[in-house]
Amino acid sequence: MSETHAIPNDRGFLADGKYPGIFGWIFSTDHKRIGLLYLYSVMTMFSVGVILGLLVRLELIAPGETIVTAQTYNALFTLHGVIMIFLFIIPGLPAAFGNIFLPIHLGARDVAFPRLNLFSWWLYLTGALLAVTALFTGGGPPDTGWTFYVPFSVHTTTNVSLATVAVFILGFSSILTGLNFIVTTHRMRAPGITWGRLTLFVWTLYATAWVQVLATPILGITVALVFLERILNLGLFDPARGGDPIMYQHLFWIYSHPAVYIMILPGMGVISEVIPVFARKHIFGYWAMAISGLAIAFAGSLVWAHHMFVSGMSDTAIFVFSLLTFIVAIPSAVKVFNWVATLYKGSISLEAPLLYALSFILLFSIGGLTGLVLGAAATDVHVTDTDFVVGHFHYVMFGGTGMAFFAALHYWLPKVYGRLYNKRVAAWAWGFILVGFNILYFSMMVLGLRGMPRRYYDYVPEFTNLNVLATVGSWILAVGLITMFVNLIRGMRSGPPAGDNPWGGKTLEWAIPSPPPTENFLEIPVVTRGPYDYSDEIVDGENGP
Amino acid sequence: MSHEHRDDVGDRLGMWIFLYTEILLFGGLFVLYSVYLHHYEEAFSTGSHHLNIVLGTLNTLILLTGSFCVASSLSAVRYGKQRLAEILLWCGVGSGVLFLFNKYLEWSAEIGGSPHLAQAEKGEAIFYSLYYVTLGLHGLHVLIGSTVLAVLAVWVHRGKINSERFVALENGGLYWHLVDIVWIFIFPLYYLLL
Repeated sequence: MSETHAIPNDRGFLADGKYPGIFGWIFSTDHKRIGLLYLYSVMTMFSVGVILGLLVRLELIAPGETIVTAQTYNALFTLHGVIMIFLFIIPGLPAAFGNIFLPIHLGARDVAFPRLNLFSWWLYLTGALLAVTALFTGGGPPDTGWTFYVPFSVHTTTNVSLATVAVFILGFSSILTGLNFIVTTHRMRAPGITWGRLTLFVWTLYATAWVQVLATPILGITVALVFLERILNLGLFDPARGGDPIMYQHLFWIYSHPAVYIMILPGMGVISEVIPVFARKHIFGYWAMAISGLAIAFAGSLVWAHHMFVSGMSDTAIFVFSLLTFIVAIPSAVKVFNWVATLYKGSISLEAPLLYALSFILLFSIGGLTGLVLGAAATDVHVTDTDFVVGHFHYVMFGGTGMAFFAALHYWLPKVYGRLYNKRVAAWAWGFILVGFNILYFSMMVLGLRGMPRRYYDYVPEFTNLNVLATVGSWILAVGLITMFVNLIRGMRSGPPAGDNPWGGKTLEWAIPSPPPTENFLEIPVVTRGPYDYSDEIVDGENGP
Repeated sequence: MSHEHRDDVGDRLGMWIFLYTEILLFGGLFVLYSVYLHHYEEAFSTGSHHLNIVLGTLNTLILLTGSFCVASSLSAVRYGKQRLAEILLWCGVGSGVLFLFNKYLEWSAEIGGSPHLAQAEKGEAIFYSLYYVTLGLHGLHVLIGSTVLAVLAVWVHRGKINSERFVALENGGLYWHLVDIVWIFIFPLYYLLL
């Protein structure tokens, strides 16, 4: 062990770069520095995505052309989708917080392949830059929606080619991160960390990593084929030349449905970390939680064609995929009930991370239940391609993963930077976000049920009131988001010291200094207890505070 | 890094997972192949008869020989015969280069001589599209694999790979065998279809 690590300085890994200045970050193989690189990148892309989303909503505030043309509107929602999905939600939790906390939760000094880890980030950055370049070059920004459906994606003159290359590279980045996490989880656990003592965040990262590894290559080959169709005029998906566009949809969703579990599973892991800490109680049903994560990953890989109920598939296929879709609801519900059961008779301290976790449970449940409306073929045909789908999707992805991401920010940033944010402001921001969110997306679900199609920039006057309401909701949401970020950034720059364990957590990251030193542990820890063991400070449920 | 981290089992595990992703990448193309074969059985058969079966067979033999060399080089390194291992690896590189050269001859004749793709009927056009994409992707893998083998040969020469430490050679060899195995599926599916 070298001398610099024996006496960690105050700012830990933040001040301990191998090279000077920015090179100490962009060429660092330290998993925490790479995690922060991802965090800064995904937050930047998230901000861009939010602005695009706000513009989409602003266009819809009144019927007809309001602020942009139809073509620009198509580009806006396409880019909103591509950026939010491929550049924010998919890499968000696993690549940013997973990178920082997976090795620490395992009692390891780094991931299994640190250089591969850095390479993943460079791939991510390349993909992100290409995606942004696609906006300003070629025949204009892509206008296909994030799904790149053929035949339109093959014939449109906009810059779909570059966008598919960007998605291919981002997919490669995601695969390598998943691969790294699987090997790390298998090989880097400290003495005493059995599979039964993994944190649930690690369990969900592990399940996610398998989905990343097994599903992403299919997306890779699919977008590569779209690219080649455009360049070489192959006709593989072109009915006029014998191709079948439905095959594209199958291949696309074989990845992209499991991908929604790449998005949500790490979020569930965060919630499973936050709730026991702020309820001062062991998680209810540890193994049920661990296994339901794997079950979601497994069952979720078999339901892709429920995106295609109206595509002209056979009725048998519709029946099978509908049934399988309902099966995914079981492990998801197990998780929700277990979180609530963990809170029951706990000694609850209502801090910002718990507030976000609670809103996750509420919003994810609404999103999950409306998902059943879409999973049942009979009801799905009525709401296919309406705002109902958009509302449902945002309840699951933003209300689910987004809230989990915010919970993670409030829970872990004090560990990463060693400083606290203003808790009162954090609670206010949460309130604005929750209210704005529901006004925005609940209105959209109602609109969808009444027949408002998605991806239209114009609508009949009957839909005006609810559209105005939704747009106002988006402004409230934006105020909440800005408040939250300003509070977090101020806190992390100049907030009061957080101490090593501000929340009273029992997992390994709370046993090391804040910010953690380079290589995390002076000595590799020997673990003798589970991650949620509060037996030494148990409160009497009956007479609790 | 102040703590040297060495974990051969982990490195192998990582490589095997990576190979799964490669199989799935090709898997997408094989799924398309099977669906379209079902749709256009006759056209696929016609298309298959236009392919150069002699060059295809030759390339199969070349790849199998290359794989044998790579597998032997691993044994050679384990027994401490660095020089032999290096030669065997260069043979592997040679097999890749020869394969690509044959491919070049085959494709320039096909694309230049008889423009199948442009004039073909519905099903045949699909066959040729899949043929060019699948074999193109495979050819790209041969190129990458040959480069990997060349790097390994240099590492063996420098003693970076030796009888104590050869996991890089194992992993590189695995990659080369994957390239080989994918071809073993491609060859009958495209060249030997009746």
